[in-house]
Amino acid sequence: MDIERTQKRRIRPDTLSAILMVGPVTLVMVLLVAIPLIYVAAMSFCSIDEFYNVTSDLTMDNYVRLMDADYMRIYARSLFIAFVTTILCILIGYPFSYIIARTKSRRKKVLYMLVIIPFWTNSLIRIYGWRSFLGTNGWLNSLIIALHITDGPIDMLYRNGTTILGMVYCLIPFMILPLYTAIEKLDASLLEASYDLGAHPARTFLEVILPLTSGGIFSGSLMVFIPCLGYFFVSDILGGGNSDMIGNLIERQFQSGNNWPLGAALSIVLILLTLILVKIYQRLGGDMDALGV
Amino acid sequence: MPWGYEAMMTRKEKNKRICMAIYCAVVYLFLFLPIAVIVVNSFNATNTKPYMSWKGFTFDWYVKLWSNGSLLEAFGTTVLLAVISTILSTMIGTLGAIGMYKYRFRGKTLIDGLLYIPVVIPEIVLGISLLTIFAKADIPRGMLTLVLAHVSFCIPFVIFNVRARLSGYDLSIEEASMDLGAGRLRTFFEITIPVLMPGITGGALLAFTLSIDDVIISYFVYGQTKTYPLKVMESVKSGVAPDVNALSTLILIVTAVFVVLTQGDLFHRKYTET
Repeated sequence: MDIERTQKRRIRPDTLSAILMVGPVTLVMVLLVAIPLIYVAAMSFCSIDEFYNVTSDLTMDNYVRLMDADYMRIYARSLFIAFVTTILCILIGYPFSYIIARTKSRRKKVLYMLVIIPFWTNSLIRIYGWRSFLGTNGWLNSLIIALHITDGPIDMLYRNGTTILGMVYCLIPFMILPLYTAIEKLDASLLEASYDLGAHPARTFLEVILPLTSGGIFSGSLMVFIPCLGYFFVSDILGGGNSDMIGNLIERQFQSGNNWPLGAALSIVLILLTLILVKIYQRLGGDMDALGV
Repeated sequence: MPWGYEAMMTRKEKNKRICMAIYCAVVYLFLFLPIAVIVVNSFNATNTKPYMSWKGFTFDWYVKLWSNGSLLEAFGTTVLLAVISTILSTMIGTLGAIGMYKYRFRGKTLIDGLLYIPVVIPEIVLGISLLTIFAKADIPRGMLTLVLAHVSFCIPFVIFNVRARLSGYDLSIEEASMDLGAGRLRTFFEITIPVLMPGITGGALLAFTLSIDDVIISYFVYGQTKTYPLKVMESVKSGVAPDVNALSTLILIVTAVFVVLTQGDLFHRKYTET
């Protein structure tokens, strides 16, 4: 009886504090994330009038237009660039993360911070730095000409390769940081056990180290591949229109192109692709909370 | 011949170490190369394209920067926006993380699911979805829409950081505090918050970094209130922007000094095995 009464008395302040605590975040997430995305989904079935105003005439036209051959080429290129970027980030990032995570140097923390420090200069400005470096009058070409490697400047900008370089540059920290965390957690005694039992270093790597750090590879890959599809300013500044990606298509529909419903349909494609990749990530045993820390 | 064998091994080990050091140095060079370009170009006496080779040393761009009111104003906007969004998202996120840890309620899984959206979905999709909803709701684009946008994508990162700290949190210490006569508010501010502080500051720092670095989402919701990256985007398109290099260099120096002053122990304290 007595216990029951105290419980009843406690319910009200509990409800109140629950509302005070969870209310604001619920409001923000519903009003600024859920509703806008539902609205975009609805808009993807709308049409536009001759003044580019969105009208509520329902149509599938936007989705039919997505099948356009030019668009298909851009999707293929986007997936190709994102894929190559992810692979390069793994290949460059893995040995690097391994070395700095397992170093016995007392400068370990400094080595870690040096990966984060470039972030404090805006990514757009750093991409612009790459353009200065690679341009026909840029530093690299000046160096090449000064060393008499070639007679004239090499056209390095405005290619798929330049865009990939920029993407790897912008996104590699998102690969290095989860890899670093995963590798640092590795128990050194497992590696010793593997060696003691006569395993070759390569075999130890493939059968012990790699499986134990695969979580870092998966979350890193997700955090590189998906944003890569949407980083329109990298393909814009370094690719100069020659390596447009799906992000550039969307950006154009909402700015100069002014066809919001078509842009909305393109965004839905990107959302579906993200959902599929997240599902695969979860199937592989990936932890969703690992993506945000 | 054990002696010879050992000497061979140490030499092999030494070579391996040198290779690893060179590899890391190359990766760091890659990460810092464009920043070096920006710093050097901020002293470069060229008046044509921003992407020119070395033409001599000058302080002109730093002098010009002082008269470029709109660039300085945009920088002020960026800092103000980052401070406001960090404070708001840290408060809302911390409260939300604790509330979701302590209470069970209907719709909890839904909110949990919604939190992952800003983390995984491409920023451009968040940007255009906010643009369309602000247009629909007739909210004029400006500082208000920028703050709303930044708060919405920063909150999940704060929550995940606080939640990581909460996973080892024992609710019974709150009960102990209340049993000893402290009220709910006092328990919250004197027990809950101090225990979670590392997660909260970690989340706040991440929110600040994300807000300062954001280009894509701001690009769709800024209206007339230009942030520093948007101003840069505009000048990159028109082609002449050496004073942008000067300002970027100054920001870099200020953040570097700030880090050395606040995290100074990082550079002094001997590495200890954790």
